[in-house]
Amino acid sequence: MTGHNGQRVLEVHDLQVRFGTRRGAAHVVNGISYTLDAGETLAIVGESGSGKSVSSLALIGLVPQPPGRVTGTVRFGERNLVTCSSEELRHVRGNDIAMIFQDPMTSLNPVLTIGRQLTEGMQLHLQLDDRAARRRAIELLDRVGIPSPDRRLGDYPHQFSGGMRQRVMIAIGLACDPVVLIADEPTTALDVTTQAQIVELVDDLRRDTGMGVIWITHDLGVVAGIADRVAVMYAGQIVETAQVDALYEHPRHPYTQGLLGSLPVLGQPERELATIPGLPPDPVHLPSGCPFWPRCPQRLDERCETERPQLRDTGEGNLVATFYEAKPASEAVS
Amino acid sequence: MSAETATEAGAPVEEHAPRWRVLLSAVMANRLALFGLVVLGLLVMAAVLGERLAPYPPNAADVPERLRPPSLRHPFGTDELGRDVFSRVLVAARVSLQVGFIAVGISLAAGVLLGLIAGFYGRWIDDAIMRVTDMLFAFPAILLAIAILAVLGPGIANAMIAIGIVYTPIFARITRGSVLSVRERVFVTAARSLGASDLRLVTLHVLPNVLAPIIVQTSISLAFAILSEAALSFLGLGVQPPDPSWGRMLAEGRGFVQQAWWMGVFPGAAIFVTVLAFNLLGDALRDALDPRQRSAIESRGLTA
Repeated sequence: MTGHNGQRVLEVHDLQVRFGTRRGAAHVVNGISYTLDAGETLAIVGESGSGKSVSSLALIGLVPQPPGRVTGTVRFGERNLVTCSSEELRHVRGNDIAMIFQDPMTSLNPVLTIGRQLTEGMQLHLQLDDRAARRRAIELLDRVGIPSPDRRLGDYPHQFSGGMRQRVMIAIGLACDPVVLIADEPTTALDVTTQAQIVELVDDLRRDTGMGVIWITHDLGVVAGIADRVAVMYAGQIVETAQVDALYEHPRHPYTQGLLGSLPVLGQPERELATIPGLPPDPVHLPSGCPFWPRCPQRLDERCETERPQLRDTGEGNLVATFYEAKPASEAVS
Repeated sequence: MSAETATEAGAPVEEHAPRWRVLLSAVMANRLALFGLVVLGLLVMAAVLGERLAPYPPNAADVPERLRPPSLRHPFGTDELGRDVFSRVLVAARVSLQVGFIAVGISLAAGVLLGLIAGFYGRWIDDAIMRVTDMLFAFPAILLAIAILAVLGPGIANAMIAIGIVYTPIFARITRGSVLSVRERVFVTAARSLGASDLRLVTLHVLPNVLAPIIVQTSISLAFAILSEAALSFLGLGVQPPDPSWGRMLAEGRGFVQQAWWMGVFPGAAIFVTVLAFNLLGDALRDALDPRQRSAIESRGLTA
């Protein structure tokens, strides 16, 4: 299947991931739902341990089971990727849904040439002969901005810089024209100028190919420029989701406000950065009720501690999981 | 020095020779490894040509000529039946190499397969395989080989099987250990995210990354296997008389240490040189096999 802009390509409903640990079940992803359209960029934002990476690995069955346990539905075309066979999953991986990873230093195989790794997906899914695969590999490297690509096919990963390796990873991901690209913090390990180039590159490629992009990051600044929608994750739940402008202009969840308040703003060096007191909850011992209540500046009554708030529409395009809407960000931060 | 600066200047656009040639040139640059390679070349030649190279038929007794010291006619002297020691050492190279390669081939195939399965799948499969190898490890190597031969019966083919079994656990353990660390690396997940099957992941992504320690172990095990064969033949469990083997010749020479030192010294020296050659080669291969170290080795080799 190929995506036409606006066509729904992925529908995630009530996705849950648990891990059996010695201390008990760790609830890492607790019922998240979202959709992705072709040509759209959805950013999933959250701090370390919020379950954003695990939830994306779970989409294409990359969570090891056991000790992991994945429930819910991930609808992709006709299939539910949570329940379909590993044979079917293999066909989807790389071919329809590709993934790029955080650290380009470790996500390439050090003993294989990049030409070999670029053609891997093509061999698996496209049945190209060697010459055609090589031609396509050169095209892809050229497309992601690697100079003199025909001469670099025989190189090993250690002969590339970090930014170049991430470009190679992106080329590998694009080899089979995926419908969905999952980018799991692909710029975290890179320096700031390289980050911007990679972000732009992925955005260009999205425009050209019409693929849907799920961009996972902890950096709200990175996604502001490219995301259409943002989902904010906390303790394995989506606490707020909105169009990117709406989210930045009027965040409604106290956690989102806290995140935005903790960003440094260029030109205001004197402003003290806000912090969110406390730590994210232990996934083995999640608080009852709203997972954020122990740290929440807005907490009002026992309802927060006993009942889990569901996502609801605020009428401004934000979906927020909170009972008591936060005051506008400007007041909340000060 | 000029060679070194040249490689540095040309680093970004390296020429790409096939991998085996890069490897070969890296090994060649190391003089000790080159010595090992030359010795092995000579051994292989002796093993292949054997009788055609030998000045006398190895089993031909010439009793009047018995226990002659080394001379131009008999460079390594003659044994108690007047057989030419040089010819016998030469011909015995075949048995030693055969036992070495076949026995290590058995342990390599079985050990690496078991190690890959244990390391990649983990859990109870890992436990089951590794406990069995632990049990095998608990026996002294030569004792285990003797025990196996006691069941199978003496003879060269059974000696190969016995030595193969004895050295299987070390390959399994080394492979498993490396696989455990490699399978957690991101590129394995990345390959899985491209749709690679378990078989493909193991053979294409995991195996090449654990190959370096395995190759080194192969080279060292060849040395040990040849020693084991010598020991088993020394004890009369390996090569059967009258066929020559370095271990048998040592055993026969033992009775004549006072009168004919050459009967033991030359087969012993052959074992020593062969084992040394395999070990040197193993060291050089370890250095050469790591692509991240290769450029450093190449420049060192060029300036050395």
